[in-house]
Amino acid sequence: MTDPLERTEAPLIDVRAVCRTYSRSRLPLRRGTRTVHALRDLTMSVPEGERFGVVGESGCGKSTLLRLLSGLEAPSSGSIRVAGREIAGGSPRQMRLLRQQMQVVFQDPRSSLDPRMRVRDIIAEPLLEHSRAAARSMAGEMLEAVGLPPSAGDRYPHQFSGGERQRISIARALVSRPRVLLADEPVSALDVSVRAQILNLLADVVERYDLTLVFVSHDLSVVRWICDTVAVMNRGQLVEIGPVERVYRAPQANYTQALIAASPSLRSVLAAGPDDPVARSSDDADPEDLEVFR
Amino acid sequence: MTRRPSPGLIVGAVLVAGVVFTALLSFVWTPYDATEVQVADRLLSPGAHHWLGTDRLGRDVVSQLMVGSRTTLTVGLVASGIGAVLGTPIGVLASMGPRWLDRTVMLGNDLLLAFPGLLLAAMLAAVYGAGTGPAMVAIGLSTLPSFARLARAGTMQVVTTDYVRAALVAGRGSWWNARRHVWPNIAGLVTVQISLSFAIAVVAEAGLSYLGLGTAPPTPSWGRMLQDSQELISAAPLLVLWPAAAIALAVLGLNLLGDGLRDLFDPRLERR
Amino acid sequence: MTGAETMLRVEGLDVLGAGATLVRGMELALTAGERVALIGESGCGKSLSALALLGLLPEGLTASGSIRLVGVEHDLVGAGERQMSAIRGRRIAMVFQEPMTALNPTMRIGRQVAEAFRIHGRVRGRRAAQAAAIELLERVRLPEPGRIAGAYPHELSGGQRQRVVLAIALSNRPAVLVCDEPTTALDVTVQAQMLGLITDSVTETNAALLFITHDLAVAATACRRVLVMYGGRVVEAGPVRVVLSRPRHPYTLGLVAASDLEPLASRPGRRTRLTTIAGTVPAFGDRATGCAFRTRCPSASSVCETDPAWSQTGDRGVACWHPVRAASDD
Repeated sequence: MTDPLERTEAPLIDVRAVCRTYSRSRLPLRRGTRTVHALRDLTMSVPEGERFGVVGESGCGKSTLLRLLSGLEAPSSGSIRVAGREIAGGSPRQMRLLRQQMQVVFQDPRSSLDPRMRVRDIIAEPLLEHSRAAARSMAGEMLEAVGLPPSAGDRYPHQFSGGERQRISIARALVSRPRVLLADEPVSALDVSVRAQILNLLADVVERYDLTLVFVSHDLSVVRWICDTVAVMNRGQLVEIGPVERVYRAPQANYTQALIAASPSLRSVLAAGPDDPVARSSDDADPEDLEVFR
Repeated sequence: MTRRPSPGLIVGAVLVAGVVFTALLSFVWTPYDATEVQVADRLLSPGAHHWLGTDRLGRDVVSQLMVGSRTTLTVGLVASGIGAVLGTPIGVLASMGPRWLDRTVMLGNDLLLAFPGLLLAAMLAAVYGAGTGPAMVAIGLSTLPSFARLARAGTMQVVTTDYVRAALVAGRGSWWNARRHVWPNIAGLVTVQISLSFAIAVVAEAGLSYLGLGTAPPTPSWGRMLQDSQELISAAPLLVLWPAAAIALAVLGLNLLGDGLRDLFDPRLERR
Repeated sequence: MTGAETMLRVEGLDVLGAGATLVRGMELALTAGERVALIGESGCGKSLSALALLGLLPEGLTASGSIRLVGVEHDLVGAGERQMSAIRGRRIAMVFQEPMTALNPTMRIGRQVAEAFRIHGRVRGRRAAQAAAIELLERVRLPEPGRIAGAYPHELSGGQRQRVVLAIALSNRPAVLVCDEPTTALDVTVQAQMLGLITDSVTETNAALLFITHDLAVAATACRRVLVMYGGRVVEAGPVRVVLSRPRHPYTLGLVAASDLEPLASRPGRRTRLTTIAGTVPAFGDRATGCAFRTRCPSASSVCETDPAWSQTGDRGVACWHPVRAASDD
């Protein structure tokens, strides 16, 4: 693990020596259980107001980490503190209030909204302590904040496109004014042009509502754009952590280098020229200047 | 609902309404007394006096069908009602509760499923006497495990969606999730299962009556009419047709109604 | 590329369904060993076009036009199921996106690969087919091919399964290989290997490759030519590097700009906004007449209400009334 960032005050999210194991029973006809170590001795912290990215491939534990942070599951060992308070353990009411500080946006626009609920009810769901009327009007405000028309509230999720449904998810996550926004691959299931819109929106709301962002993704280039700090994970462990530009330009861990090399951006592919190892044709016109990127 | 109901729903509703109407009508009027035995007039073909003929004891078929519809409706609704009202919450509870509860409940469910329905009916009859009531309860308990299994599977699917996770993260508890998310999303499954159970119940009641464990004679029931007329199928083939058609139409109507209602309440299916 | 045999020729392909034209006027020609990318976002019709080539359109959709495949006398459009079964897996093969559901979970790998050989009668006898299967598994760079042949699909990772699918697709040396997002569901580090494997395999067998993807970087890496689709039509075509660095169609320009996550910051240290294409893709059947992109195009004018004609200059073509003009274009 490399350079921890300088901090003068206690971090908002503090993860210490967290382990999460699952026991999976073996296939029928074989006895015993298999232990899956989803997270191994993970320690990291996120200061308030930071945009923190977590990058890794499938099975690295990033989604498990997000479930632990959002309170959906408890760690097998270790501690997770938010604003100094332990997430797991404590009275149910305390836990609920604490967890409300952290809201989540999920990956799949199709399964993250109840198909039988109207959009305004979906958005108002986190408002536990408000009257129906107040909840409705707050939901209306959030619709506007995410760029959807007020009439959207009367409709059902299936009447919206993937990008619009992610906007609704974001509205739901923000309606109770949390301090932390946890995003689990929020743009991975979207088309490229829609992805750009939603990323812009996320950056806007994080700034407007003064949020701390934890952004989980397998795509390092997306994390690079939206985050300040990135943590790279592999097999449940932290491989590297640091400011996003530094990690991207001068990765120190082998795994990080492999990850970066495996997913070049379009810009670098076009700049690499036709004689780079994978592109082997010789009849291309050389792109002289990448005009489109001016 | 601002949507137009589908043709299936309309046909189903009409058929079911027809049966209900017939049952209600039978309280005030039937062409003949359904239980009146007129041996001289037995096995008449359909004609001007007896529109669908008479059975082997000279009882009017139309009157029997009408009065029998009461039994059919009662048995079908009560039996599938017991199954649905008791079985669905069991399935939901098993799915949403801790693992040990799930295993215990489903073990009990499997035991009930394995228990022969006939034996259950016989046991209840031994305690409470043979009749429609114990028969309905026995059949209802026999259909309960299917409802529990179905509800459990449906609940598991709903509970693992991101929207339920989002509700949990937002601070909503299991009770809210069960009411607001699980129930609306499994209601369609349960509705369809009710119509299937209804059909099973009607036919089961027929078998029980035949064995003397269900509706006692002389109270007419479609199922028993079916059983009785099987012996005479060479002498009076039409006698099988009438109760069979009645059962088939009632079951069809319920199936269509069940499917139609499920679709009517699904906001994803738009009908312009 | 003169002298190279044309493997696939598609002319005027339309896919119709539910009262709407989902793919319109598609034209495509693939020569031996050529690698062509078909790019576009969801709903543009790229997957439907691929399914039409293999006669696998879902119920209710019909294709019209002409699809000619080398070695097949009849047109693929309108061919009966019996004729298509003889062609699929033999002359044209497809690799789909999802490796987890692509293989029969109850059959061992070796047997599934061997089955591909035996269906088309190219290898006779069980033992010979099994041996050929193991050899093929080795050629798709699976370690311990003998052990893998005896394994079941659930024992393999996603990347390994996709290699098996590729092996099955190439088993009968088809003239044309169609891949529909073959690497999208794989881990990033595995994707690069898989791409290399696909390109090497088609080069070795001299097959033509039609590679469908939404990822522009992948298209630029694996292929030489690209077709850009929007709203059911091919809106631009040409050498991949040229088209993506100097796009002519406003949609291609928008797509390339939107996929650029490294916008040049006007002030260093400040995050810039990503370029987006205004609006959303219209749903199927909502297509206005004329150019499908005009509702979102910054250069749209009244002439765009009529279908733009295809204009071909050299090896590039575009369907647009107001193509983007760059200073260095001649």
